[in-house]
Amino acid sequence: MSNQGVDRSKRQFLTTALTVVGAVGTGYIAVPFLSQMQPSTKAKAAGAPVEIDISKMETGQLIRAAWRGKPVWVLNRTPEVLEILATDTDKLADPNSLESNQPESSTNEFRSIRPEIFIAVGLCTHLGCSPTFRPEIAPNDLGEDWKGGFFCPCHGSGFDLAGRVFRGVPAPTNLDVPPHHYLSETRILIGDESGADA
Amino acid sequence: MKTHLENCGNWFLDRFPLTKLWNDHMAQYYAPKNFNFWYFFGSLALLVLVNQFVTGILLTMNYKPDAGLAFDSVEYIMREVPWGWLVRYMHSTGASAFFLVVYLHMFRGLIYGSFKQPRELIWIFGMLLFVALMAEAFMGYLLPWGQMSYWGAQVIISLFSAIPVIGDDLSLWVRGDYVISDATLNRFFAFHVIAIPIILIMLVFLHIVALHEVGSNNPDGIEIKASKDPWGHPVDGIPFHPYYTVKDIVGVSVFIFFFATVLFYMPEMGGYFLEHANFIPADPLATPEHIAPVWYFTPFYAILRAIPDKFAGVIAMGGAIVVLFLLPWLDRSPVKSIRYRGGIYKKALLMFVISFLGLGYLGMQAPTAGATIMARIFTAMYFGFFLLMPIYTRWEKTKPVPKQLTEQPTIEDRIPGWKATFCEMVKEVPIEKDGATVMRKRPDTSGIMNVLIRTAKNLKASLD
Repeated sequence: MSNQGVDRSKRQFLTTALTVVGAVGTGYIAVPFLSQMQPSTKAKAAGAPVEIDISKMETGQLIRAAWRGKPVWVLNRTPEVLEILATDTDKLADPNSLESNQPESSTNEFRSIRPEIFIAVGLCTHLGCSPTFRPEIAPNDLGEDWKGGFFCPCHGSGFDLAGRVFRGVPAPTNLDVPPHHYLSETRILIGDESGADA
Repeated sequence: MKTHLENCGNWFLDRFPLTKLWNDHMAQYYAPKNFNFWYFFGSLALLVLVNQFVTGILLTMNYKPDAGLAFDSVEYIMREVPWGWLVRYMHSTGASAFFLVVYLHMFRGLIYGSFKQPRELIWIFGMLLFVALMAEAFMGYLLPWGQMSYWGAQVIISLFSAIPVIGDDLSLWVRGDYVISDATLNRFFAFHVIAIPIILIMLVFLHIVALHEVGSNNPDGIEIKASKDPWGHPVDGIPFHPYYTVKDIVGVSVFIFFFATVLFYMPEMGGYFLEHANFIPADPLATPEHIAPVWYFTPFYAILRAIPDKFAGVIAMGGAIVVLFLLPWLDRSPVKSIRYRGGIYKKALLMFVISFLGLGYLGMQAPTAGATIMARIFTAMYFGFFLLMPIYTRWEKTKPVPKQLTEQPTIEDRIPGWKATFCEMVKEVPIEKDGATVMRKRPDTSGIMNVLIRTAKNLKASLD
């Protein structure tokens, strides 16, 4: 065969065209490959609301529940704690919870519907560890200024007993308050805000 | 019979370049003749890789990648599978050994300038190997589904969520669920046993191909290819096989001695290789009181913790790895080996080692206020070593580099010196024993002081 009469520009065009078609095909197959790592329908459906009974809670007690696989805390705060929360706000990064996640009904100074009952997702807003409940005043390891709160053992973030983050710690925002409402005096539904104003 | 075998051999060699490969990479691959202790760790890394592959394959035969079964299947391997404990401990100890060997291998590169021109690509492939190794270790640590597995993965995957705009969707995609769950465990298993090992093998191949193209660096940091004998072989080179295969066997034997000691007598290494909290099944509702990554991640973890801002902390941690990639272009000194480099580089390297070890220690400790301040100082030192490098390596007053490899005194040569030092530190004193006076050697304070002062002076001189 002779090389004469080879149309190089046509060859170049065909090569380029084939490359583009190949790239588009790769792009199409990448969609199902990457998407199949997204949460499955089953995982998405698993987020049903959870009911919590607080009738047996004592003052100062913290109980834990699981909602969407996350820990949810219910804390019954004492009047002394509420006193501290109302006055001791100068070390907080976001005392009025303007940049934090909470439902409308909990956007207030105690971050709760009822002042004494505090409900929060028990995961640090930094990297998702579950902070420890440290209600004691000025313990040895946390220093003189500690007036009770939650301390994250992973990276040293601290929150007060309304889940408000202190300044100068890695966590960017206050602890999340999940959507919730009271079904009755003693029963709370976590994960659904629909009855919040009822 | 002999001719039949020969014919068989020829048939094979006509179709596959086995002799050529053997010669190019072993029997006629010339390596510098002055490799020292630091040159064991490349082949040891390969040995540990093989160990991880063999034990890993055996472990998959009994392990169940299922959130409900994983923890118990590991206990089953430990208690009921014949020799399962040995295979599992070989794998877990191997992970720590891998990082120890790789860190020493990288340090060798730092002291002898093995990352410098023309070996930049070897360094880049090596760094990619390091990143792949970290991914492999991190995903492997989730598989036992203990408390540390769970919360360690929770923290590291949350790192992705710090990225603006796409962060939350990205971490959701990585987890495959809203929290760490069975979906996460299952995909980490797939990555740990298939995807990353393939990447590791490919990168090891590239690392070695690039190395054999330019040839090994050496403790003198000069190019042996610059002076060749009439046959075209480097004057200062010796064939890799048998010289370095035999040398490496010695290294392997010593390594296996230490490896077996850990394996049989302290497989958990007091909680540093296998953390105590990981013997409790994963509980999504409670983080362990004290949470720390395995020791090989602690320097980077301490950097993350030192920064009081979520996104900046993640950037700093990532940056600590990224600056290592840039090393060949940050170092402006024309001299490779620390033997001929200026005092400023030696001091900077010393500061870097102190900061790396310091961060490693702090990463294991609870985040108290004092520890956080120390971690910030060490973080500044860590980044200072790299980011100020273009400046201080320009000021560096280097020493003249020899044309050919130098010979260092052997241990045998050094023994008379050590003997003399020992004699200087003791004096003979008369002692009453069983009614007779005998001469006994006892420590001599002034002699010890002299030796200490001389050692300190030598140490100072060696940093200039």
